[in-house]
Amino acid sequence: MAVRYGGPIKRAATFYVPLALMVGVTLFPFYWMVITSIRPDPELYNVRSNPFFTLHPTLKHFEYLFDLTLFPRWALNTLFIATVSTAISLFCGLLAGYALARLQFRLAPPLGTMIFITYLVPPTLLFIPLGDVVKTFGIGDTPWALILTYPTFLIPFCTWLLMGYFKTIPREIEECARIDGASRIRAMVSITFPLAVPGILSAGIFAFTLSWNEFLYALVFLSSPQQKTIPIGVFTELVRGDVFYWGPLMAGALLGSIPVALVYSFFVEHYVTALTGAVKG
Amino acid sequence: MADQRIEPLLAESARPGATAIPMPIAVATQKARRPNRWSGLLEREPVLAAVLLAPTLVILTLFIAYPFVLGIWLAVSDKVVGRPGSFVGLHNFQVNLNDQIFLRAFQNTFVYTFIATILKLALGMLAALLLNNHFKFKRVIRASMLLPWIVPTVLSTLAWQWMFDATFSVFNWVLMNTGIISRRILWLGDGTLAMGCLIAVNVWRGMPFFAITLLAGLQTVNPDLHEAAEIDGANAWQRFWRVTLPLIKPIMLVVVLFSMIATFADFQLIYVLTRGGPYSSTHVFGTYAYEIAMRAAKLGQGASISLFLFPFLLMVIVFQLWYIRRSD
Repeated sequence: MAVRYGGPIKRAATFYVPLALMVGVTLFPFYWMVITSIRPDPELYNVRSNPFFTLHPTLKHFEYLFDLTLFPRWALNTLFIATVSTAISLFCGLLAGYALARLQFRLAPPLGTMIFITYLVPPTLLFIPLGDVVKTFGIGDTPWALILTYPTFLIPFCTWLLMGYFKTIPREIEECARIDGASRIRAMVSITFPLAVPGILSAGIFAFTLSWNEFLYALVFLSSPQQKTIPIGVFTELVRGDVFYWGPLMAGALLGSIPVALVYSFFVEHYVTALTGAVKG
Repeated sequence: MADQRIEPLLAESARPGATAIPMPIAVATQKARRPNRWSGLLEREPVLAAVLLAPTLVILTLFIAYPFVLGIWLAVSDKVVGRPGSFVGLHNFQVNLNDQIFLRAFQNTFVYTFIATILKLALGMLAALLLNNHFKFKRVIRASMLLPWIVPTVLSTLAWQWMFDATFSVFNWVLMNTGIISRRILWLGDGTLAMGCLIAVNVWRGMPFFAITLLAGLQTVNPDLHEAAEIDGANAWQRFWRVTLPLIKPIMLVVVLFSMIATFADFQLIYVLTRGGPYSSTHVFGTYAYEIAMRAAKLGQGASISLFLFPFLLMVIVFQLWYIRRSD
């Protein structure tokens, strides 16, 4: 919708000022993370000092994070868990999405509906019994507790997104390959899947950020400090009782946000496709 | 095994008197027939579908369907950590309905969901309309708008917690230095104010999702329709209300439903910012279930609390499915 504006003053009032406000509010907490993480403690805990900038920037909080906490370990755990659970979910979602979008079988509509429903099931509903299940399988407090449970919300998402994507790829391309003698599986793997790469990329990026950010399952299923992921480690290990170590906390929050922000910035278009594709019923 | 089958054929064709021609034909048919047993089966669509769906169904059965059934069992049992539970009927639900904290959490969940969703929709729509213009650095600004939504919620909520700090709150610093207030505001020290802060952070985090999806909706609106309406004398407000809104209603509805489910079942934002405090006044279903099940170790009681999410979720899901069917 192209809104036409009058003079420059009117345009400033109705457009630039609201836009600047919106961007400011959106980004302010990130500025706050940055500034807190480089201000020395005596300044941080002084009500009089101006909190918006510092003349004595320091990297002490980052040193604390790397030398006195298990932050590097948490980062590796998070990366490993997010990568493997994304890979599993993409594999399952690709096959399931293909089956539901392309194959004719009686159970297709109810199964599609079922997967859509599981897509809407929030972790909050299931975390208590799921904690029991994880223990029964003997994978409590291991990365596998998360690697196997994250796909419960990633697979429905990937399936849903890729199903929509497969429907946009003309069937005829595959049929040509089959007339030329390719088997169904061969046509699927070497003709349709390569055409779906943009969709796979979108689903993968989205799934990766979702598992990087997950909190509740990681909080419930992991207990030893060296097994934790970044969101849980920063939250539970840098707050001792009522004492908050704000410098290292914000340094950790910043470093924990940067990887997803980077992945996102490289693939903005794919991410937005996933986001908007995910909600189109 | 394949070689064994081909060998007699080779032997046969090598017999004196046999022509050389049958050999390649025989080998070719054998080659085609060999994978036929398996792939012949896989050429049938229902069989192939079953194979392709198997991994998904196994994972979803083990980690969604089974825990769901187990959750219902837990909710009607007195299971605590470290001891098998026994059936207690609806006892847990009775306990909940006589628990003041639970009733407060019940109310909070709905207040939190509805106020936050309405604000996210209104501000998200405003943001989408602003972003749907031509301006400098459009791509960068659009992309950066989504940041609150993509970074780990826990980490950004920690930043907010620091901004709401009782002593060092930046908001207090600004308000006191500009002379607007003379005493520090304890942002998270009072139930109502803390709920307001929770809603504000939730809106900050969720608004970009609305903005970007609604923007995608706006971009599908044909500008010609606006010009036509303008020629007919419609002002900007009328054009938005009568032209844009009806066209993006479907996507708007879906975004609202998705967001409502996520907000209704929220856990991390509230758990990190207030942990349900002060004095258990800001609990929602999710955080209170966690409190009872994980901190008080009463798994059965906790499961009965999270089950309260279910009727609402079911309603939304049924509505959404009905809506999808209808629009198909």
